[in-house]
Amino acid sequence: MILRKYLKVYKKFLHTSFASELEYKTNILVDLITAILSLVGSIFLLSIFFQNSGYIGGWKFEQALIIQAIYTILNGITNTWFNPNLTEIVKHIREGTLDFVLLKPIDSQFFISLKKINPSGFLEIMLGFLLLFFCVRINQIDLNLIFLTLSLITISCSICILYSLWFFISTTTIWFVKTWNAIEVLRSFLYIGRFPLNSFSFSLRIFFSVFIPIAFITTIPSEVFLGYSVLWKIVLEVIVATVFLITSRKFWLFALKFYTSASS
Amino acid sequence: MVKNIIDVKNLSKSFDISYKETGLKGTIKHFFRRQTKSLKVIKNISFEIKEGEIVGFLGANGAGKTTILKMLCGLIYPSEGSILVSGYLPFRRKENFLKNITLIMGQKQQLIWDLPPIESFYLNASIYDLDKFEAKKRIKKLSEMLEIDKELFIPVRKLSLGQRMKSELLAALIHEPNILFLDEPTLGLDINAQRNLRKFLQKYNKETNATICLTSHYMKDITSLCKRVICVHEGAISYDGKLDLLLKKLSPVKEILIVCRSEEDAIKLENYGFTVKNKIKNEITIKIENNSITSSLKTILNNFDIEDLFINEPPIDEVIGKVLIKKDYDI
Repeated sequence: MILRKYLKVYKKFLHTSFASELEYKTNILVDLITAILSLVGSIFLLSIFFQNSGYIGGWKFEQALIIQAIYTILNGITNTWFNPNLTEIVKHIREGTLDFVLLKPIDSQFFISLKKINPSGFLEIMLGFLLLFFCVRINQIDLNLIFLTLSLITISCSICILYSLWFFISTTTIWFVKTWNAIEVLRSFLYIGRFPLNSFSFSLRIFFSVFIPIAFITTIPSEVFLGYSVLWKIVLEVIVATVFLITSRKFWLFALKFYTSASS
Repeated sequence: MVKNIIDVKNLSKSFDISYKETGLKGTIKHFFRRQTKSLKVIKNISFEIKEGEIVGFLGANGAGKTTILKMLCGLIYPSEGSILVSGYLPFRRKENFLKNITLIMGQKQQLIWDLPPIESFYLNASIYDLDKFEAKKRIKKLSEMLEIDKELFIPVRKLSLGQRMKSELLAALIHEPNILFLDEPTLGLDINAQRNLRKFLQKYNKETNATICLTSHYMKDITSLCKRVICVHEGAISYDGKLDLLLKKLSPVKEILIVCRSEEDAIKLENYGFTVKNKIKNEITIKIENNSITSSLKTILNNFDIEDLFINEPPIDEVIGKVLIKKDYDI
């Protein structure tokens, strides 16, 4: 019953978001062109890095392309859902329109995380998958059931970690009001996720695994694709994703107790 | 007997407010060591509101009216005291409680800016778990009551402020709430739009017996909608009771302009013992207490040759204005 209601509401979210975005046709076109150029630029940059040695951190160019593909999919998801919704939290809190969300008989985290959608991000997701299929072919990866399940688990976990980190930062707006910079820093760290973790020094690897788990976001799913992955890493990613999701949820509910609404 | 739908006891709310000195030095100091002070914005207030009542909250800017409304609808946690709204603790925001209330803010909007209001109505309908048929029926009924049936399919950004406010009302009422919290709903609207909105609220209250809590700086909203007012002064209640009693208390005298047939009569009247405000030739303005108007007028008409007579009520804004600066009204 509850699931049916939430699906119905989400269908409405999709409908209103698409309708809103389609009001501005040129904007969509520009976004689509930007997504294509951005992917081409990224592959070009990656090819420059590999021009001399052919290997970075033990990864070949064809293998590193997998990370780029996963990064493109995640970036597409970021642009489709996280960017239009989670940056809006800051606006909701600053302007006091979170009041309307909190007074609706629906989960507030669901509402503010999924209300909007940016259709042009879908192209990025599609491009990411196309690149991934291309990588599967050139790296001669065997597409069996175990491989597909593990890929799905690790990519889902990556999405959860990224969402939780972003949502956590946005929630702090309840106390700090402006947190744009922190979100920009997170996005910058995500760019780093385009490169294999082994290409960084030991200290940076620790930093990107423990403090800001970028390693979990792109490198572990890529290792699954290449058959390098070990089980403990996948289990660890699942644990990290679960802990992050639960913590972000608890943190949101805790933060709401301090919400004072904007003055009228 | 009509039951209480809102019950507030010894309610207080404090906020931490940061202070900043002027100038560069003050800015740097503020950046590194922020000085905060706990400010009690609501001070130990208690009141009850009965089902179907329309109550106006009066007070100057920053008196605490909106904070009270936001605590009543569960947006802000109270620091002390208790609130029960329709049997629920508002700040727990239980689903059944939220389905019973609505908040309308004149200066904030929930409609989707780029789409026609009907899209927002259907979105809200799905959130309140209404099926399409029921939602359609309610949208039709409310849009006819609000006279916006023609504007339903025009993007919100193209609507006038009045049309937008009416659409906001429809979006907020689609689930037919029993309790309406209205924070300056007529803000920025022209006179006709204000009147239409008031007419709608009266009708809605009459048809559904909904309880309405209203704040407004337009006195006409208060006088035409609310029989009872709660005056808030610096976070405390300075008056809670009938509006007409308050008005009588605040303006105990009426001014009467008397036009005498001759100047001699005016001089005679001037010396009769009434409180004279001014006298110009044969026109004299006197002040008479509300409770002795009938007897005083009888005396004047019997003893003086009067050409014309005008009884002037003091302007309501001027009278209510006194409430905003005074601490206590003992009636």
